[in-house]
Amino acid sequence: MQTGKISNGTKGMTVIVKTVSSWVRVLIFLFGINIVLFGHLTPGGGFAGGVILASSYVLLMLAFGREFVEENLPLPLASKLDCLGAFMFALVAILGIVLGGSFFLNFLYQKYLPGQPLHLVSAGIIPLANIAIGLKVGASLFLITLMLSISCKGRECRFE
Amino acid sequence: MTKVLPAFVLIPLVMAFVLPVFGKKGKNIATVLANLVTITLFVLAIACIGKSGVYQVGNWSIRVGIILVLDGLSSLMLLAINLVSAAAMLFSARYMEQYTAKSKYLSLFMLMVAAMNGLVLAGDLFNLFVFLEIASLASYALVGFGCEHEELEASFKYMVLGSVASSFILFAIALVYGNTAYLNMACISKSIQASGLNIGLTFALALFIVGFGLKAALVPFHAWLPDAHSSAPAPISAMLSGIIIKTLGVYALTRILFNIFGVSISVGWLLITLGLLSMIAGAFLAIGQWDFKRLLAYSSISQIGYVVLGIGLGATLLAKKANPAWASLALLGGLFHLVNHAVYKSLLFLTSGSVEMSTGTRQLKEMGGLAQRLPVTRTACTVASASIVGIPPFSGFWSKLILVIAAVQAGLYWIAAIIVFVSLCTLIMYLKVQRYAFLGELPENLQQIKENKGSMLVAMAVLAFLCVLMGLLVIIPSLRDSILKPAVDVLTVGPKHWEIAGILKM
Amino acid sequence: MPYALCFLLFMIGLYCAVVKKNLVKIVIGLAIMEYAVNLFLIMLGYRTGGTAPILDKTYIEAGTNKIVANFINTSVDPLPQALVLTAIVISLGSLALIISISIRIYGKYGTFDITEIRRLKG
Repeated sequence: MQTGKISNGTKGMTVIVKTVSSWVRVLIFLFGINIVLFGHLTPGGGFAGGVILASSYVLLMLAFGREFVEENLPLPLASKLDCLGAFMFALVAILGIVLGGSFFLNFLYQKYLPGQPLHLVSAGIIPLANIAIGLKVGASLFLITLMLSISCKGRECRFE
Repeated sequence: MTKVLPAFVLIPLVMAFVLPVFGKKGKNIATVLANLVTITLFVLAIACIGKSGVYQVGNWSIRVGIILVLDGLSSLMLLAINLVSAAAMLFSARYMEQYTAKSKYLSLFMLMVAAMNGLVLAGDLFNLFVFLEIASLASYALVGFGCEHEELEASFKYMVLGSVASSFILFAIALVYGNTAYLNMACISKSIQASGLNIGLTFALALFIVGFGLKAALVPFHAWLPDAHSSAPAPISAMLSGIIIKTLGVYALTRILFNIFGVSISVGWLLITLGLLSMIAGAFLAIGQWDFKRLLAYSSISQIGYVVLGIGLGATLLAKKANPAWASLALLGGLFHLVNHAVYKSLLFLTSGSVEMSTGTRQLKEMGGLAQRLPVTRTACTVASASIVGIPPFSGFWSKLILVIAAVQAGLYWIAAIIVFVSLCTLIMYLKVQRYAFLGELPENLQQIKENKGSMLVAMAVLAFLCVLMGLLVIIPSLRDSILKPAVDVLTVGPKHWEIAGILKM
Repeated sequence: MPYALCFLLFMIGLYCAVVKKNLVKIVIGLAIMEYAVNLFLIMLGYRTGGTAPILDKTYIEAGTNKIVANFINTSVDPLPQALVLTAIVISLGSLALIISISIRIYGKYGTFDITEIRRLKG
């Protein structure tokens, strides 16, 4: 049987952690954007970049407590960003049918904007797909961590 | 026709992400949209009967790209999947009012339908795995949807065994890739026919049988099914029992066994043994149950045993190179039983949901005499029970007859005797349901119940009507040749199917 | 030889998922099984002395857009790496779902022991 106190987890940590993490989280976010954007040239791509984007918010959650982050990025907004990311991905795929004739065709690479190899604008729709996936995965993992951090004191759980 | 193939996966997937935006206020709009989507997919599935083709996603060539393949077996499964999901969605328009968060339910349901459509259309092994996982995850979440004690426990058990099965399947796919260096089903089958089975591929075949057997709830691996199917909400039980265990389990196993690896006598006898065990164990365990939905769940195990028995019989006859007409007959019996079972088992689960919504209980001992108060539910349940037992002229009779004739013609008289014996056990269990639930006298606390209205009745009536009509699929030769025969032909030609469909030349 | 060790890790995960009685240990067993399968899939693509399959300026011939044949002959197989990316995402979703259900089971039943979570019988 699990007995004993489960800590509240909403008050946050000491001043040093709070100050440093509020600076570092911007750098982590920027690094995540870099991994997402250059996904067709360097390792990473949509999923890995999305995980890094979400982890900047998780750092904030650990340092400041859950309620602070909920005011910063409220739950309904994160849900809508999630759906927006998935919708962008589906839009890119459907534009392949409309503009090219085949589902998920790389229409930018083959018709409009081939670009030069090894540059940022080169692989057609792949950077757009990476951005959509990064947005979706970031929002999803943020939501998952937020919902899992609801504390249960003993047997009474506050779920809505 | 092949240009429409991505729509089967794309439309429900986009809908799954649009529906949560509606939230609590737009519940009715969301329900209407979801029903429109499932009915549109059903109409598209009817339009795909008898056609075949290949769709290359993104115009990449066959060796390197994702392809969607429509052939006889795929069109038969598409028909079954979209029919049951349209009926279940119609039923849940009214039934899910008792739960909160209905928009999340609709979104998960759409994901499940999209994944199952994608699975039967997949042309390469890894896409099959991805769609299998999406459908499994959506069904794990939907089984525990009500968040009561028993639903969570059932969902946990289902999820552990399902994840183990998925790991086995991924391991087997990795072994196949390591031995043949292709992922496309056509290229793998060409490579295996050229070089034969070495020890890695045999081990991969064994892992595939265990993994898909866990998903299809064959008897040594059936422990999750009674809990999951009885604790889920009624339309989800109908979907689980009616299509998920068949698509994720039986269809995938059949596709891999017949079209990629090629059948052999030992594998055929293994399938026959598993089928016989499932039939007998499911029937015996079901007779002693007092919970309505648990009885139906054990009966599902028994009926899936019939399907696997038919397919195993066909595999053995094909491998022995006996008269091909007998193998076609056995495969016809198995596949027709699959489609029949989808229709009448989902109807049975929907009637149990209707009974539960009216009376508030699932225990047979607490019900009685419901025939006076719930006439439509009672008629639907009687039609479905008569069909599953095998009373002519309902549809179940024809598929069991074909299986018995196939067993007799192959010279295996003891299998035919076991089929008839298990049908008698099925009769016993459904007579028990009818006697305790619908006949007898009404207890005092249930005097005030009324019949359910609206979309639930429409869904049950449509499925009951189809139960009666499905027998015509086998009797009328033109219907049989356009719907059932192409599916059987895909399986009888085995690994040569990919050349006949013209895929290897692309 | 590394493949046999991968299979051993898979068996350890299977043992944990089947034998242990704590909910969290079962979940950890499932995670170990999935790690083992991903590891096996990546090791299939390995080529002795190979390089990472990342294109660079040195691998493209000057002037045209063609890739040097040296690159294709010495790089490891990138297809299993793409498959493993997908499999990792899938197992992440599955793990998140099973952990949240475990948390809710703890809230309802009050224990993590599966011998006491037995309301469904028969």
